[in-house]
Amino acid sequence: MIEAVGLTKRYGAKTAVYNLSFQVRPGVVTGFLGPNGSGKSTTMRMILGLDQPTAGRVTIGGHPFRQLPNAPRQVGALLDAKAVHGGRSARNHLLSLAQLAGIPARRVDEVLGVVGLQDVARRRSKGFSLGMGQRLGIAAALLGDPQVLLFDEPVNGLDPEGILWVRNLMKKLASEGRTVFVSSHLMSEMALTADHLIVIGRGQLLSDMPVKQFISANSADFARVRTPEGEAAQRDKLSGVLVEAGGQVLPEPDGALRVTGLPLPRISDLAHGADVRLWELSPHQASLEEAYMRLTQGAVDYRSTDDKLAHLQAPPQPGQPGYGLPPQPQPPLPADVPQQGWYAPPPPGENPYAAPQPPAPAPQPPAAAPQPSPPRPSIQKPSDTTEDAR
Amino acid sequence: MTAPTPTPVPPPPYGYVSPIPVRRAHLGDALASEWTKIRSVRATMWTLGTMILLMLGIGLSVAAIAAGEGGGMSEESALPLGFFGMLPASICVITLGVLTISSEYGTGMIRTTLTACPSRSRVLTAKAIVFFLLVFTVTLVVAFVVATAQVAMVDAAEPTGAEWARATVGAAGFMAVLGLLSMAVGALVRHSAGAITVMIGVLLLPLVAALFMFAPALKGLQEVLFTYSVPSQMIALYSAQPPFGEGGPAGWEALFILTGIAAVALGGAYALLNSRDV
Repeated sequence: MIEAVGLTKRYGAKTAVYNLSFQVRPGVVTGFLGPNGSGKSTTMRMILGLDQPTAGRVTIGGHPFRQLPNAPRQVGALLDAKAVHGGRSARNHLLSLAQLAGIPARRVDEVLGVVGLQDVARRRSKGFSLGMGQRLGIAAALLGDPQVLLFDEPVNGLDPEGILWVRNLMKKLASEGRTVFVSSHLMSEMALTADHLIVIGRGQLLSDMPVKQFISANSADFARVRTPEGEAAQRDKLSGVLVEAGGQVLPEPDGALRVTGLPLPRISDLAHGADVRLWELSPHQASLEEAYMRLTQGAVDYRSTDDKLAHLQAPPQPGQPGYGLPPQPQPPLPADVPQQGWYAPPPPGENPYAAPQPPAPAPQPPAAAPQPSPPRPSIQKPSDTTEDAR
Repeated sequence: MTAPTPTPVPPPPYGYVSPIPVRRAHLGDALASEWTKIRSVRATMWTLGTMILLMLGIGLSVAAIAAGEGGGMSEESALPLGFFGMLPASICVITLGVLTISSEYGTGMIRTTLTACPSRSRVLTAKAIVFFLLVFTVTLVVAFVVATAQVAMVDAAEPTGAEWARATVGAAGFMAVLGLLSMAVGALVRHSAGAITVMIGVLLLPLVAALFMFAPALKGLQEVLFTYSVPSQMIALYSAQPPFGEGGPAGWEALFILTGIAAVALGGAYALLNSRDV
């Protein structure tokens, strides 16, 4: 059990972590998410007593880390795969760590086998690949057979076999009743591994809840309904019926309708009742990635911009044909495609897409609906189930 | 942003208990660990190997030259000749002392170490003890071999027991304490090249600066630098009388002065290591 209360860390004027309080419970894998620079690593370092919090405290099993009588036997950590002396062999590296905690040398060979490094145990770790370094770091974390485990980006650089192995390892460790706290940027991996999520942005807690709840609270589950093409009257008729029945309907650029607030069988029944044929009726559940993007949208510090290569191009020379491009008409931008990289997330309470909402108070005509967010651009893949559904 | 929702059911309050018995970690564990660390990197072999070669090579060459010239040393013993090998050898000890701790900062190993042993003082104490004993033992053996050879080769006065003790145990202690000072500087600076540069400066700069102090106004400062620079202290270690004018250190005093400086530096290293973020 890891418990943080009001954890705050300032570096000069910059506040890396502010008033962070959370609990990591035993028996489940807890994912730790946040954009780059959101304070994940700082938090992990404070848990491990490497950094002193400016305010607040964090304890492991009720004790501050630096007061544990034998830390490696209670807490194992993988912070940075390359935090080893490259000139030392893998076995000697682990042996020196084992000796620090009075762990017998047999255990070193045991964990080398567990992570699959037994064949390179005598080689200097300088020549290790990133994935081998990760395995060595995981071996160091497992060395003391601890009750609490922290992993910072454990699957970085691992091959697919290694990723699968880490995923199963985390689950196994948690099922044995250990506390497993994992940070990662790989959302698909987190969705498969973690049971519970702690999300921070700009050093503050954004969310602390089970994965399932996190996805449904931060994303839009919807049904896509498509009426026969070229029969606009049918489409309007159907959307009228759906809105009347309490659903919310949003037209998509390609003519489909996005319906929220009504279960799929009910939509089918309503269409049947209105005598409208359907070409498509498909459920769309958002992915963890989408939910995460929506939640952390406002807390991203480092955002990429387009690389225009402006300084590398020859300046246009208008008077000389043959050099530079002739003036070209700018293609008109489609009006319904938002120019922003991602849409602004509506607050969950006002999200018109959110499925488990109480019936909407008043039916709204789709065209006049005051949408807090513009429709999703069609180029974006709304979810990982979209392709399958078509 | 998201409305805080109560977590449904807290998991049962069971925890994992390791089948391997847990006991408290102590300084002995840290000593074993540091011994594994220092013997498993090549830097140790290279620096100590170079040190042994320098002490043997220079010590024996100087003895051979002195033996060839013959006489002139009849009222002194041959043991002070050991100084000539000590000076270059001390650069090797400085390098190893700095690397013992700064290589952990350079590679990031320090975070792994301090995660495995949150008691930072214990880590530094273990490093200091292991390093001191290693350098002391190696230097003692080599200094004894060199001193025996020098006494045998050079026709000079028979050294007394006190002179033997200073030339072997004293020299070994001086080197090991100089190494501890380097280790403390390494812990303070946390950067290998920076700390080694600082220590070589401390070793050589006062003497070099004093050589060029021609102005009469600087006469006093020049004398102090000549008397108390590290190489002068090494020379003083071998002689019973102050070799550079009155009031300077002689014999064991040189070792005590260096020990005092190293103790202050180590105190600073303990304080900063315990208070700084890693």
